[in-house]
Amino acid sequence: MKRAAFTNRWLPILLLVPQISIIGIFFYWPAIHALRSSFYLQDPFGFSETFVGFSNYASLFNSPAYGRAAIFTVCFTLLVTILSLGIALLLAVKADKVVRGAKTYRTLLMWVYAVAPPVAGVMGLILFNQSWGPIADLFKSLGWDFALGVHYYDTAFAMVLISVWKQIPVNFIFFLSGLQSIPKSVREAAMIDNRSTAGRFWDVTFPLLAPTGFFLLITNITYSLFDTFGIIDTVVKGEPGNNPMTLVYKVYVDGFRGNDLGGSSAQSVVLMVLVLAMTVFQFRLVERRIHYT
Amino acid sequence: MKSEIKTYTRPQIKLLLIFDHGVLILGAAFMILPVLMLLQMTTMPDLFNMKTGPSLAIGDQLDDNFRKAMFEADGFSGANTGVRMLWNSMILGLGFAAGKIVLGMMAAYAIVYFRMRFATFAFWIIFTTLLLPLEVRILPSYEIVQHLGMLNTYQGLIIPLIASATATFFFRQYFRSIPEELIEAARIDGAGPFKFFVDILVPLSQTMIAAMFIIMFVYGWNQYLWPTMITTDEDMFTLVRGIKQITQSLEGTSLPEYGRANMLALVAILPPVLIVIFFQSWFVKGLTESDK
Amino acid sequence: MAQVTLSEITKVYPNGFTAVHPASFDIPDGEFVVLVGPSGCGKSTMLRMIAGLEDISQGDLNIGTRQVNNVDPADRDIAMVFQNYALYPHMSVRKNIGYGLKNRKIDKDEIDRKVREASTMLNLDDYLDRKPSQLSGGQRQRVAMGRAIVRDPALFLFDEPLSNLDAKLRTQMRIEIKALQRRLGVTAVYVTHDQVEAMTMADRIIVMNEGRIEQIGTPVDVYNTPETTFVASFMGAPPMNLMAGNIAGGKLRVGEEPIAYDNLPHSGDVTIGIRPEDIVPDERGDITIDVTLVEELGAHRLLHGTIAGQDISIHVDKDNMINTGALRVSLKPNAVSLFDAITGKRLT
Repeated sequence: MKRAAFTNRWLPILLLVPQISIIGIFFYWPAIHALRSSFYLQDPFGFSETFVGFSNYASLFNSPAYGRAAIFTVCFTLLVTILSLGIALLLAVKADKVVRGAKTYRTLLMWVYAVAPPVAGVMGLILFNQSWGPIADLFKSLGWDFALGVHYYDTAFAMVLISVWKQIPVNFIFFLSGLQSIPKSVREAAMIDNRSTAGRFWDVTFPLLAPTGFFLLITNITYSLFDTFGIIDTVVKGEPGNNPMTLVYKVYVDGFRGNDLGGSSAQSVVLMVLVLAMTVFQFRLVERRIHYT
Repeated sequence: MKSEIKTYTRPQIKLLLIFDHGVLILGAAFMILPVLMLLQMTTMPDLFNMKTGPSLAIGDQLDDNFRKAMFEADGFSGANTGVRMLWNSMILGLGFAAGKIVLGMMAAYAIVYFRMRFATFAFWIIFTTLLLPLEVRILPSYEIVQHLGMLNTYQGLIIPLIASATATFFFRQYFRSIPEELIEAARIDGAGPFKFFVDILVPLSQTMIAAMFIIMFVYGWNQYLWPTMITTDEDMFTLVRGIKQITQSLEGTSLPEYGRANMLALVAILPPVLIVIFFQSWFVKGLTESDK
Repeated sequence: MAQVTLSEITKVYPNGFTAVHPASFDIPDGEFVVLVGPSGCGKSTMLRMIAGLEDISQGDLNIGTRQVNNVDPADRDIAMVFQNYALYPHMSVRKNIGYGLKNRKIDKDEIDRKVREASTMLNLDDYLDRKPSQLSGGQRQRVAMGRAIVRDPALFLFDEPLSNLDAKLRTQMRIEIKALQRRLGVTAVYVTHDQVEAMTMADRIIVMNEGRIEQIGTPVDVYNTPETTFVASFMGAPPMNLMAGNIAGGKLRVGEEPIAYDNLPHSGDVTIGIRPEDIVPDERGDITIDVTLVEELGAHRLLHGTIAGQDISIHVDKDNMINTGALRVSLKPNAVSLFDAITGKRLT
C-alpha cells in the first residue's frame, strides 16, 4: 500500500468484486469440492455417495498403478528439468558472448515458447513414427528397436525429449536476461582477476545467476508436472494403456474416463498438498535468496 | 608466484568463435527443424506421406492442403473447419487476455492504492490461487461449469481460466515499483481515484499492459485440457483443441491426411509465434519482470 | 498567500513510533522557512502533514484562517516540489504543468496562458512539447517548479528538491528558487538535510532532530548562538568545536588549559563550543594547540589539532602558512558558547 493511498470506502471493494467472485466460484468452490469428494465414494451413475473417510487415500497409496505413475513423474520431472536447464544455460552463455547475429540467434531460440504443447506432441508423433519417423529410423540404424507407444521406456524417452524441446526457450530467455543484467564492470573486474574463461564462469557468472536458477528450478518442476499434459495426451493418443503417465494425467484419466470421482479427487488433493509444499519451500528459498545488490 | 603468460594466436581466437557459433546454430536447428518438417509434409500428397514420411522433397500440394485444412471439416457436423477453429482460438486468446488484464489491474489498483480494512485478507484470498493450477481441480471445475449450463459456451471456456491471480500479481508488483511521489503529486494536482487511474496509471502502464497481453494471449490460445473438456460441439473447437481430433483421425483411416493435419498444426502455432517474434522486447520484459 | 500556523502538531505511527513530537510555530505571510536536520529527524513527515499527504495525529494546522487538518491535499491551496520531481513521465512538459489546472476545470485558454507565463519565467519555452525523459536534471527541476507556480498557491512546499542535482547546478538553482519565491511573494516551507542550503535560502531556519524542534531562528541566530550542542554541530562546515570543560571559581578550563574567560556565573562541568574561525593564531595568545594536520581548502586552510587531548580545528586564511607543531592562539570576543554538559542546552 502506498503512503498516500486513497481512503474511499466502497470503491476498492467494487474494484475487487469481479476478481474475487470469479475466484470464489471457479477456484475455491471446486477446490473445496475436490477436498470433500476425496472423502466420499460415488456410485457409477452419480446418484448417491457414501462417506468413506480416508479409504480413497488408502487405496490410492496401495495402488501399484499410482506408485508407478508417481515414480515416473519424479524421474520425468528430474530429467526434463535438468536437461532443459542445462541446454538452455549453454545456449544462453553462447548467445550472450557472440556479437554478430546475436539478435537472430535470440529469436530463433525463443519462438518455440509460443508453440502449444499438443502441437509439439504432434511433431513428436511424426519424428518417432514407427514406420518412417526420422528419429525412430536413426535409433533403428543404431540397433535400438524403437517403438513409440509400445515399449514403456521408448514412450518415456519421446515424452522427455519433446518436453525438453518445448521448455528450452523459457529457460533460455531467463538465463540470457540474467546474464545481461550482470554489470559490465563486474565482468571486466573478473577478466583482470582470472585468465580462464571457464574459471570466470564458475567463480563469477554462475553464482550471480543463482537467483535466476532457483526461480527457474521451481518453474521447471511446475511445468513438468502440469504443463506437459498436452504433450503426454498427444503422445499416448488419449489411450494410456501401459504407457507411462504423470500424476496429473492420471487425475484426468481416472476421473474423466474411469469415472472414479472419489479416487481422482483424492489424487487432486495429494497434488494440491504437493504444490503447496513446493510453494512454501520456494518462499523460504526466496526469503533466503541472496541479493547481491 | 610466477605463472606462465598465455597468449592466443589469431587462428585460436577464430576457432573459439566458430565453436560458439556452432553451438548456437546447432541449438537453433534443433528448435526449428521439427516445424520445417511439418511444413515439408504439407506440400506432399498424403499417399507419399503415408509411405515415406518426412523427406527432403518439396511437392505441389500446399494450396490443396491449405484449402482442405481451412475450409473442409472432418467431423460429423462439418462445423470444425480451420477458419471456424481459428475464430474460436482468437476469441479464447483475446477474451482471456483482456479479461485477465482488466480484472487484474482493477484488483491490483484496489490493493496497492487504497487504504482498506481487509486488504491483507483480500490479498491472500487472491494470491492463494497462484498455488494451484487448474489441472489439479479440473474435475470439480468441470462439474461446476456443467452445473451452471456453461458447457460449449465462450463464457464457460474463458471465465474459469481467468480464476487465477497471475495478472493481478504482476500488476501489483509493477504498481508498487511506481514512485510514491507520483500519486502524491497527482493528489495535490486534484486527481481523484478515477482520474488518477485513467490519466496517470493506465498510460504509465502501457508497456506492461502490452507485455502482459502478449503473454496472456499466448497462454490462452495454447490452452488444451480445459477446452478439450468443456467443448464437445465441433463448432466450438479451438485449433489446439482440434489437434486431438486430428491425431485420432490419423489413426483410424486407411489414408491418413497428414497434409491437412500438419497444416492445421502450423496454423495453430503461427499467430502466437508471430506475436512473440514481432513484439519480442515487450514479451521478454513482461516474462522476466514477473518473477520479481 | 497566507500565514501558516502549527500548534502542537504531532505524528504518531500506528506502530507507536512518534515521528514528530508536539511542535508549534507560525510562518508569517511571504516568509521562506527551511526545515533542516539529519535524515529521519521528522522534517519530511512535518512537511507531508502540512501537505495533507500524511494524517496529523494531534494538533491544529491552519493555512490562512482555515483549519485544514482534514482537508484533501488538492483543496489546501498548496503546491509541492518533490525530491525526484514526480513528473508524469507520459505527459509533455505542457501537460505536466497544466494537469493541476485541468483538474480544477479551468478553461483551456486560461490554462494555456498560465502555462506560457510560467514557462517563460522558467526559460522552458523551447521544451513545452518534450517528455520529461528528454530533459536534463535542471530542466526537470524547473518543470516541477512550473507545475507549482501555475497554481498560484497560498503555500509552496519543497521536499529536498535539489538533492538529485550536481553541485554546480544546485548552487544555481538555489539562487533561482529563492529569487522566484521573492518575486512571487508566496509563503514557502523548504525541507533539506543540507545546512548550506538552509543557511543561504532561509528567512528563518527550523532545526529538527529526532522528531523535536531544536531551534527556530534566522540563519545568523542559529549559526552564532546555537541553542543546543546538536545545532552547534549540525550547522556550519566545519562544525563548531565542542569540548568538555570545567568552570571553577569563575574560571573556564579545558583539561588543565585555561580559556581566557573570567567571572562566569556557572560552575562545574560544561561543554564548550567555539567556531573554528573564531580562533586566531596569536604569538601572544595564552592557549596552546598541538597542530597535527593541515587541510588545504584553496581559499582557506583548516588546521586540525588537539588541546588537552581533545580534538579541535581552526580556520585560517590561505596566506597564513602555519605548519604542524605547537601553536599559540587567542579567541575573538564572544567566541565561546557554553552548554550544559548533560542536557546539551545553551547556558548563556
